[in-house]
Amino acid sequence: MNVTTLFGAILLIIGTWAMLTHKNLIRIIIGFSLMDTGIHVIMVSVGYIDGRTAPILDQAVNKAEALYRVVDPIPSALVLTAIVIGLAVTALMLSYAIRMYQKGKSLSIDDYQETKW
Amino acid sequence: MITRILAFLAVIGLAFMLLPLIHEVLPMQELSPVAGNYVVKGPDELGAQNIVTSVVVTYRGLDTLGEVTVLFIATAGVGFLLGRKKEKKNKRKSSEILQTGASFLIALIFLYGIYVFVHGHLTPGGGFQGGVVIATGILLIMLSEVNMKFNHKLLHLVESVSGVGYVVLGILGLLLASTAAGLGDGFLNNRFLSMGTYGQLFSAGAIPLIYSLVGLKVGSELTGILDNMQE
Repeated sequence: MNVTTLFGAILLIIGTWAMLTHKNLIRIIIGFSLMDTGIHVIMVSVGYIDGRTAPILDQAVNKAEALYRVVDPIPSALVLTAIVIGLAVTALMLSYAIRMYQKGKSLSIDDYQETKW
Repeated sequence: MITRILAFLAVIGLAFMLLPLIHEVLPMQELSPVAGNYVVKGPDELGAQNIVTSVVVTYRGLDTLGEVTVLFIATAGVGFLLGRKKEKKNKRKSSEILQTGASFLIALIFLYGIYVFVHGHLTPGGGFQGGVVIATGILLIMLSEVNMKFNHKLLHLVESVSGVGYVVLGILGLLLASTAAGLGDGFLNNRFLSMGTYGQLFSAGAIPLIYSLVGLKVGSELTGILDNMQE
């Protein structure tokens, strides 16, 4: 087992718990951010290989032995873009929260009955 | 109370789903065939030292275009929700320390952001990271000069020119890239420009250009988000 994966899974679970139980919109968004970070940590840790280095080939890691010296570049490439997308999506959710507060004068999700399904 | 129990059950279910990931999935011992192919062939095919960059910009370039589109849609959503003109409030001026510090640091932050995205194919970094660094510089300006107005035309111009340029470079790769290396031509192929010397700044074909455009696009979009949220 991998300790980093375990930490990512714990973050993911804490974030989901926060999203499901809290009533305050800001806290729900914080829960989403925690979940997002947990997923990123899990993805990076899945591509990690013990004792290897970053997939950048310079003087320290030459081309010939790169295959046995570097970690998997694909999860890193996925997470790299996912972090920026997560930032933009969090900003979008926060602006929804701002608009809802301006209209309904409340941040509690219980005060928005019409959004219930 | 009942919702809390249901939430608890849902979280337990999620934890149960994640359990095999923790104790059954063995740590990787060697690279998967696809990743190994990228690592072994990437430097010779694309000329980029940073394998992550060659995956993001070229091998999986179409996905990155999709991600940039998602970023654009999120920014448009923020602008739609918050972009309305509000009455001007008198904001407190920022302190002397912040103003002096900001006027010293802003140029350095912008320079660093540009360095990060121009050297994306050589060092850790690239368009996304450099764009975010530039947006933090803009945030510093907004904090120190509270009444500053953005030139929205310039912002939109940078955003659209870099977005269109990204697609145009991709199509140029489709049309012009040579098939000599057995690569075939494809969308976002970087080999239509000179490959330069491996390890130098002007190398790796179109990768520095594409990543610079991505950096400008990410930077201008995050600036738009900050501007809309500033109220």
